Amino acid sequence: MNAYDFTICDDRLTALPSGALWWAAERLLCVSDLHLCKSDRVARRSGQMLPPYETRETLARLSADIAANEPATVICLGDSFDDLDAARSLSDADIATLTTLQAGRDWIWIEGNHDPGPVALGGSHLADHRVGRLVFRHIATPDKGEVSGHYHPKHAIPGAGGARPCFLFDDQRLILPAYGAYTGGLHASHPVLSRLFGPQACAILTGRRAICVPVRPSAPLARPGHWRGNRR
Amino acid sequence: MELPPIFTDWFTSRGWSVHPHQQDMLDRSNAPALLLIAPTGGGKTLAGFLPTLVELADGAHRGLHTLYVSPLKALAADIRRNLGTPIADMNLPIRVEDRTGDTTATAKRRQRADPPHILLTTPESLALLTSYEDAPRIFAGLQRIVIDEIHALAESKRGDQLMLALSRLQALCPDLRRVGLSATVEDPAAIASQLACHPDPCDILYADPGPAADISMLVTAERPPWAGGNARYAILAVLEQVKQHKTTLIFHNTRAQAEVFFHNLWLANDTDLPIGIHHGSLDREQRQRVEAAMVRGDLRAIVCTGSLDLGIDWGDVDLVIQIGAPKNVKRLIQRIGRANHRYNAPSKALLVPANRFEVVECMAALDAAREADLDGDPKGAGPRDVLCQHILIRACAGPFDADALFAEIRTVGAYAALTRAEFDDCLDFCATGGYALRAYDRWKRLLLRDGCWQLRDPRAARDIRMNIGTIQDTDTLKVRLKGAYKPLGEIEEGFAAQLTPGDTFLIGGEIVRYERLRELSVEVTRRADKPPKIATFMGTKFATSTQLSQRILRMFQQDDWPELPDHTAEWLHLHRQISHLPQADRILVESFPHDGRAQTCFYGFAGRNAQQTLGLLLTKRMEEENLDPLGFVATDYATLVWGLKPVTDPAPLFDDVAMRAGFNDWLAGNAVMKRTFRASATIAGLIQRNLPQARKSGRQATFSSDILYDTLTKYDPDHLMLDITRQEALRGLVDFGRIEEMLTRTAGRVDHVTLTRPTPLAAPLLLEAGRIPVAGKGRERLMEETAAQLMRDAGIADL
Repeated sequence: MNAYDFTICDDRLTALPSGALWWAAERLLCVSDLHLCKSDRVARRSGQMLPPYETRETLARLSADIAANEPATVICLGDSFDDLDAARSLSDADIATLTTLQAGRDWIWIEGNHDPGPVALGGSHLADHRVGRLVFRHIATPDKGEVSGHYHPKHAIPGAGGARPCFLFDDQRLILPAYGAYTGGLHASHPVLSRLFGPQACAILTGRRAICVPVRPSAPLARPGHWRGNRR
Repeated sequence: MELPPIFTDWFTSRGWSVHPHQQDMLDRSNAPALLLIAPTGGGKTLAGFLPTLVELADGAHRGLHTLYVSPLKALAADIRRNLGTPIADMNLPIRVEDRTGDTTATAKRRQRADPPHILLTTPESLALLTSYEDAPRIFAGLQRIVIDEIHALAESKRGDQLMLALSRLQALCPDLRRVGLSATVEDPAAIASQLACHPDPCDILYADPGPAADISMLVTAERPPWAGGNARYAILAVLEQVKQHKTTLIFHNTRAQAEVFFHNLWLANDTDLPIGIHHGSLDREQRQRVEAAMVRGDLRAIVCTGSLDLGIDWGDVDLVIQIGAPKNVKRLIQRIGRANHRYNAPSKALLVPANRFEVVECMAALDAAREADLDGDPKGAGPRDVLCQHILIRACAGPFDADALFAEIRTVGAYAALTRAEFDDCLDFCATGGYALRAYDRWKRLLLRDGCWQLRDPRAARDIRMNIGTIQDTDTLKVRLKGAYKPLGEIEEGFAAQLTPGDTFLIGGEIVRYERLRELSVEVTRRADKPPKIATFMGTKFATSTQLSQRILRMFQQDDWPELPDHTAEWLHLHRQISHLPQADRILVESFPHDGRAQTCFYGFAGRNAQQTLGLLLTKRMEEENLDPLGFVATDYATLVWGLKPVTDPAPLFDDVAMRAGFNDWLAGNAVMKRTFRASATIAGLIQRNLPQARKSGRQATFSSDILYDTLTKYDPDHLMLDITRQEALRGLVDFGRIEEMLTRTAGRVDHVTLTRPTPLAAPLLLEAGRIPVAGKGRERLMEETAAQLMRDAGIADL
């Protein structure tokens, strides 16, 4: 089992190694910050021509998660598109993939700061969405029982390679990693993020396996030698 | 060309006579291309400028006459001061200005409107000048270009960029004559063929090389350690040498070593000798202060790195000390040549090995220097990432015809064999991104209009100009004292990321305590209460040349080493006793536990690049054999691999078929390839240089170039950038040829020695920088274990 189970407000949730959130009791899959069509926006705005394959890659990952879990509901937690013009540049093949994914399930686009208006695709478009004790919205507020995205959190385990996109949670709230292929990250220790969480906050790193670590280690590391500058 | 009387009078008034090579340069001043090989201090620069001064003496020339290009900004400023003397003494009607990254915007604008007679600049500033639409007007009337220290430029992509810019200038000014000034090199003809407009010939002139340098190894009472690079044992002996000489330069191979040495020197400096430090990561003002103090003769010694290497007027330096083995004989000789600026006095230099292995290396280097056995690697074809940048620069200057540009580029020696198909691929990459998925029809960078290529959006020129250059800067952060505005220097972002508040490190010779990261600077205080960590600086890492490696291997075959100091001979005997000394026709493998890891050392003596490739190959095989390798590090002699499980039988790891199987996939996923991709993609303009303002604005917006690499590998494996990455990796980082050669030469003869602790020869590898992580099962396992431990420590093992 490569996923990681944890509890928020008494609801049992699962962090998938891909960066998607699975809520088995509700058969709900949630992904955040897809940033589809990013390369199109970058080319339009700066003339830089990045490899135009990120939409295909992101949708391929999403297809795999949907095929494996067969959710009844999919929530895209905002910044699904890099901007509203980018949403209009989706290729026919990508639209066909999305339409297939949406068939037979509820699909909810939560609005984000990059995509504040509705897009001409199936599914409903909402500012936020409540399911039982949990509320899904793009940017975190002081609300309890909140699932959000926006910050693209990432975290590194000392001595074990670079930072990876991660979930951040404590008993009150959860922030999802960015799911899109072309996304960077903000370190979990950054004040903007740490002030949202209590001292017991944990990060679940994505990758081959979802790995959970406390954000603030409480004891010295097992092998402090790894932190020596000359060992790099 | 006859020297006019005013010049001969000037020479006489200074008590000088014209050197024969200076007269030769005058006589051949009409040659379209001319290369002068001269030792430092031989009046090389004056030889390059004399024809210009003579041609400009009558005041008839209007506009730019001579461009001078040097690898260092500081050198341009230095030459401007030096040229000022003869111009003022002879009252010549000549205007000289420099133009570098440090020149003010106002001065630059004025230079474009009204160029001086002589403009001193760098390859990057020159490339930028050629990108302006009014380039034809700026360069109108240009007669000569003088390229100083061309041997240093020729080794890197900066030289390729410069020669491409020259092809543009030659098209604008067909009468342009090219002059190269070079230190002593092993293959002058290769440099000459780069300098000339292909296929024209280039004459080579040689100056009198002067007396041979006086080089020896510093003898100390203290014995050097087995491993490590700080040479602390030699501090007192070095200080003694500083006392006995007027001005001493103390060179280091890396900035980190320079910092540590300077710190230790300062602690031992009880007579308060004035000693300074100079390296590329220090704040510019601080470097300039040190340079000025040195010119005034206020300093007795300067601890420095290669940043002080090229051509700056060193004043009265009478001793050069090299700490650490000189990795390359040519560089050593050039460095030493800078001491003792008087032409006919021998330069004096001392080598200080940092450990026992380096004693052997220093001995081999001394032998090679005595025999003038210079080393160097032949240069390959012109790199295509630089070509892509050149095409974009050309587009900034205005619409161009593809045929004409192709013809122009083929006049550059390094690109003489470029095919039209290769050129068209680069052009297509610049225009459309060159993707199999033609996604950018609406946002193309270049458009073909009326038979000429041009920028779709002229505003793109700004970004292209900002991105000019081929030097790879690593991302650095400024280090500031709390409350102070002026930075102390810079450290790498990767090093900064590892620091936790309270950690201390060395910068500019002082220990500072890390407090916090503020915006994009590292805030520190002087409350240092812990031993300092060693900051890592990428810098340039010199590889020991093949020639030196072979000399060392030959030394190992001796029964005894009377020429070496006793401590080092004993050390070699000890190694021979508990293991074997490496031989040319066998591979020696040593396994031992250290630092909680199973370590295995493979001695191939194949050079750093090949040993690195060997590391890639062996870790792939070890992954297959479930040995859980975690990482490796390569030197010129050996590769050290560490992992979770010990190697018990190394011979099958070298299995030829298994080594090759699936190697391309393994290689494609490796950190070395990603590093190469990042460098080439930045030069070619696929990704933009990480400019400070961009880093500031878009925290989450920027993402790693590794992601682009992975995406391209998956969806567009034939893309030009991947092709360039593979070629660059083959050229620079991954040396398959020498691996093949090593496998043939050793033919499966593997000697395996299992020990309980590191051997004498393996010890230096344990402290070697430049470790490469292996992303395999072992690392995943380690990560899970560490995570579980952290959760237990936090008391939240079960959620």
